[in-house]
Amino acid sequence: MPSSTPASASPEAKAPLLEVRDLRVSFRTERGLLQAVGGISFRVDTHEIVGVVGESGSGKTVSQMSVMGLINDPNAVIEGSILYKGRELVGLSQRQLRSVRGNEIAMIFQDPMTALTPVYTIGWQIAEQLRAHNRLSSGAARKRGIELLAEVGIPNPSVTFDRYPHQLSGGMRQRAFIAMALSCNPSLLIADEPTTALDVTVQAQILELIKRLRRDFGSSIVLITHDLGVVAEVADRVMVMYAGRIVERGTTREIFADPWHPYSWGLHDSIPPMVGARPRRLPSILGSPPSLLDLPPGCAFSPRCPHRFSRCTERPALAGAGDHEAACFLSPEQRGQALAARRRPLKEAS
Amino acid sequence: MNQATGAPLIEAVDVKKHFTVGNSLLAGQRRTVYAVDGVSFKVYPGETLGLVGESGCGKSTLGRCLVRLYDLTSGSILLKGREIGAMSQRELRPIRREMQMVFQDPYASLNPRRRVGDLIAEPLRVHGTASRDEIERRLKELMALVGLEAEHLNRFPHEFSGGQRQRIGIARALALHPGLLVADEPVSALDVSIQAQIVNLLADLQERLGLTYVFIAHDLSVVRQVSSRIAVMYLGAIVEMGPTEALFQAPAHPYTEALISAVPIPEVDRDDRRKRIVLTGDVPSPMNPPAGCRFNPRCRFATELCRKERPVLREVADGRTVACHYPLVQAASAA
Repeated sequence: MPSSTPASASPEAKAPLLEVRDLRVSFRTERGLLQAVGGISFRVDTHEIVGVVGESGSGKTVSQMSVMGLINDPNAVIEGSILYKGRELVGLSQRQLRSVRGNEIAMIFQDPMTALTPVYTIGWQIAEQLRAHNRLSSGAARKRGIELLAEVGIPNPSVTFDRYPHQLSGGMRQRAFIAMALSCNPSLLIADEPTTALDVTVQAQILELIKRLRRDFGSSIVLITHDLGVVAEVADRVMVMYAGRIVERGTTREIFADPWHPYSWGLHDSIPPMVGARPRRLPSILGSPPSLLDLPPGCAFSPRCPHRFSRCTERPALAGAGDHEAACFLSPEQRGQALAARRRPLKEAS
Repeated sequence: MNQATGAPLIEAVDVKKHFTVGNSLLAGQRRTVYAVDGVSFKVYPGETLGLVGESGCGKSTLGRCLVRLYDLTSGSILLKGREIGAMSQRELRPIRREMQMVFQDPYASLNPRRRVGDLIAEPLRVHGTASRDEIERRLKELMALVGLEAEHLNRFPHEFSGGQRQRIGIARALALHPGLLVADEPVSALDVSIQAQIVNLLADLQERLGLTYVFIAHDLSVVRQVSSRIAVMYLGAIVEMGPTEALFQAPAHPYTEALISAVPIPEVDRDDRRKRIVLTGDVPSPMNPPAGCRFNPRCRFATELCRKERPVLREVADGRTVACHYPLVQAASAA
């Protein structure tokens, strides 16, 4: 259930935990410069869950990996500013970043099997992380590790501590990995598709856990996913990305009850409904996302957009009221007309 | 939707598929995976049977048994009333024309070194049913059918996006005019916007060509969209089967209920009559399934009976069967 109070209304409207300004990430490739992230700005406040939605190639992972300083491809060019608690992260050396990663910002990945090393026990890996950042005896690290495993809901934590990753199920592995990410009490947790590799019943358990992390540990969470259902379930605010840019952002309520961008409409419509009548055909988005090597001029979504008009050859900037912004030239009236013409208005979907 | 009428196109009777793992020379280390453990169902012409379940429930193995990519451990498969479950590869050859498979990963299922035209024409050549001209004509026809350009026939798979590759996989499966298509997670590797295109394509093809589908997927919203009937699998067995709408509206098996309730809905502001049931624990290993009802360790209604006796599939309402001692739908509620 999404929290009913928009995060922007939270009392601590002081400096955000993370503030990203005009972040651009490009890669030099044989076929030219590939712009994976084309100038995005966003902030994450303390205590909030921000959902980043988009399809493959939308830049959702690359942008968050840059926050972690995990892009060390020599052909990558990272520009812009990433301020974490007021400290600039862009341009820090790997050595300097090491004190930030794990301690301050931690990341969990889609596939916990490849993220954990298979040759050491779960406990060894958690203890290593604890002792890399804190002065702890091995006994104390073990004790803390077992506590962490218990906190993420692993039954028999002291037994699991000595298990190898392959001995655990997918859901348990993801829990163990989350325990590892939490070991140094990071203020910010970046979760990249944390439930995509899991079954729905296990996904439900992990989503409960993520909500609890915010409640019990006060973590801020950036949740990267392609699944709008997951976002609706846990996020306070949402950013919708397309071809390396943010095309719409707002509170979860705004994005789901009153989306503005035609791409957001298309995404909503593409998902078959779980309740109510089944449409004979799903209203799908025509075509496929553009190549990042060869982005169309103007609005990157315009070639697929049923509502494009002459202005769409220019590039729209994010604009709107308050926290709700969309990068689209449609006026509120035009939006209203377009929405009225849609086959399955969102309001009727429930 | 096509209701269950007339003779089934394909029927599975008590199909079992067990795999032996571990060191096969040392008897002590040999273990058996009960991947599919006694499954029976019928698929009628023109309908779509959705097979859902979580990973390891045996849905893919069952799909592969149906089209006889696997040999069965026991049981039989009847295609148009003819037993094909025990046929040899040679005997199966002519029958393969009637049933084809579409795979999940369009990146892995197409040979990267061959041109799309060759890939799609391969079944036509293998079965030797057509002359060179006829093959050319059929290729163009197939490309149009799945929404690709005829010029694309000379390209290689890597030049296509995931959605286009899945279209190629579908064209290949359709080359020999099969009546039955078994699609194993055909859209789960695709982005949502592309997923909808492929779901629509499959629906159009079914309408135009009168195809029958067995649609295997873990994504319940997709399965709900495409299927006329649904079979829910858990640990190698069907726990519930019934018409899509009825099954989603009022699931009869506690597992189906939990599965449906676990799907996150992309909406805010919905009235929460949809109560989430979070199952504890994981799916047990199919090497060592629990005694009695296989779902009992995770079931909130389990009793002593469930721990002892394995329930059989029995009818609870018109066209609905459930394997549960205490079904959530009683025989009276035929909506």
